[in-house]
Amino acid sequence: MTKLLEVENLHVHYITENECVQAVNGISFDLEAGETLGLVGETGAGKSTTALSIMQLVPDPPGLILDGSIRFKGQDLLQQSASQHRKLRGEGISMIFQDPMTALNPIMKVRDQLREVLLTHKKMSKAEADHRVVDILRQVGVQENRIDEYPHQFSGGMKQRVIIAMALLCEPDLLIADEPTTALDVTIQAQVLSLIKELQERYGMSMILITHDLAVVAETSERVAIMYAGQIVEEGSVKDVYNHCRHPYTHGLFGSTPNIHVETKRLTPIPGMTPNAAKLPSGCPLHPRCKFAQPICQTEIPPVKCVNRPGEVPHRFRCHFDPLADEAPRFVGEDI
Amino acid sequence: MPPLVQLKDCCKYFQVPAGTLHAVDHVNLSIKAGETLGVVGESGCGKSTLGRVILRLHEPTSGHIYFDGMDLTRFNEEEMRRMRREMQIIFQDPYASLNPRMTIAQIIGEPLEVNKLVSSRADQRKKVEALMEQVGLARRTYNLYPHEFDGGRRQRVVIARALAVNPRFIVCDEPVSALDVSVQAQVLNLLMELQSDLNLTYMFISHDLSVIHHISDNVAVMYLGQIVEQTSQTEIFRQPLHPYTKLLLSAIPNINPFQKMTRTLLKGELTSPINPGRSCRFASRCAYADDKCRTTNPCLEELEPGHFVACFRAKELAASYTSPV
Repeated sequence: MTKLLEVENLHVHYITENECVQAVNGISFDLEAGETLGLVGETGAGKSTTALSIMQLVPDPPGLILDGSIRFKGQDLLQQSASQHRKLRGEGISMIFQDPMTALNPIMKVRDQLREVLLTHKKMSKAEADHRVVDILRQVGVQENRIDEYPHQFSGGMKQRVIIAMALLCEPDLLIADEPTTALDVTIQAQVLSLIKELQERYGMSMILITHDLAVVAETSERVAIMYAGQIVEEGSVKDVYNHCRHPYTHGLFGSTPNIHVETKRLTPIPGMTPNAAKLPSGCPLHPRCKFAQPICQTEIPPVKCVNRPGEVPHRFRCHFDPLADEAPRFVGEDI
Repeated sequence: MPPLVQLKDCCKYFQVPAGTLHAVDHVNLSIKAGETLGVVGESGCGKSTLGRVILRLHEPTSGHIYFDGMDLTRFNEEEMRRMRREMQIIFQDPYASLNPRMTIAQIIGEPLEVNKLVSSRADQRKKVEALMEQVGLARRTYNLYPHEFDGGRRQRVVIARALAVNPRFIVCDEPVSALDVSVQAQVLNLLMELQSDLNLTYMFISHDLSVIHHISDNVAVMYLGQIVEQTSQTEIFRQPLHPYTKLLLSAIPNINPFQKMTRTLLKGELTSPINPGRSCRFASRCAYADDKCRTTNPCLEELEPGHFVACFRAKELAASYTSPV
């Protein structure tokens, strides 16, 4: 079976006169139809650049996709023309951006903004488009009588609903949600996440959910990829990775996250900061912060290792060693 | 022992074109010395205004603020300025709360200078360096400017500046919300270490319930300008009694992928804090609201020892509730 999306060895740099920001450095992952992948990492890990690359929206200049391939339904997007890309966006792949306050045009009524998508992509009359707009807004829980309002008349949660509606208008096969709930309150976040999940099932979409919040991924995704300094450092089923992570960075992320279900006296974050992507450390980019680092970590880029449980998706991690192999499972008593 | 900070019937109303905005409405609370009170609520519920009212950065419309037994609302400006040596505030956005044209040393040194806490240049340098060490800033960053720092280290500068005057009480207004997870953990650890080293008292304002759970001894839940529930950290997560607190807790995503929880979603959106009327503020979104709730606003009452709730039906609802935590 062909995968819906296959990203292979993707390298994206932002090159300016002064520096070269190595945003994405050789990431590979794939996605099957109907599947949800959580892409987790801190600021500057390259999550959003990965998303923009798939959308073919990396600003050029300064952004440059140096190497790799992105195949969507078997077609390499990097070999396609700009007009093919335009057709793809919205119809094949849609994206929800982080900040609902800035993702809508403030001087256009909601109706006109949504209708524009349909009139651009589908051969529809205005009346047909209106009909569809009302229908999709109802599905995301926005009442029909608000259709002629402007974005500023909506609250943050309602704006995010309008943006979700806009992303779903052409029934894309893949939805990329870039921190869709980060700007929202926890109760609204719960509403929006459950809405996205429901719509995903209804339309049979695949989804890449980008977030820094491990708990959001646990609630929504089957698979997870952890990013650090432009690389995927660990990848596997959510259950495998969460229960027994193998990469020291993933371990540090869990140690940094307060959990209301566990009493912890002290959080155990990795010391130091995410490196500047214009001056990445040699070898393994984590080595200056990693308590397991050996001399080899400073010079050699670590290989990808794979630990597999029968019947599960491969659990891969990028490390010279396997320092956490003997850790006890985090959530269940015995190794499942 | 009397509480270090106490609010009695404190109100802060803002006059806006549409009417009176009840940002803080008849709030009573007390914080003991050495404790952390976590204040949690959604955007617009008035938690930041509450923090500022305590320091009289906003003048309260009515009510009293006591600090160490003294009524701050009777203080004149000069007395208040001296009082602020004892009470400091850390703001959310470390990018906006540092003057970009001052060096780190000037920023941390300014409160020392203003309050005449140093005798000489050399003394100031020594004190600033000691403060920098206390918050984990390298000495070589002494002459750097804020733009040369990332968010986590800027927040450390903000903390050092607050500590410069040796305060006893610090309002932390979402101090880690703008930070990445691992930096957030570092700053939380720092705040907790400083608290035990210097016996500080915190009011910790956050919308993030996991952070509140981690750092607080007591928790107050705010909804539209009012405290709807207040009790110890263990109690509020074990047995929340107000319907809003229950919904808030049930909305927290669970990091454990092996536990699937059924959650009740909060219906609708925050109603307006402008001219809120006489009903319970939560009535329009509450599944249990009855006629009394729609006509009378409940007061905070001690339902169990140390557990305060503002809900007419809390007692009968408590029996049927199982905690998600």
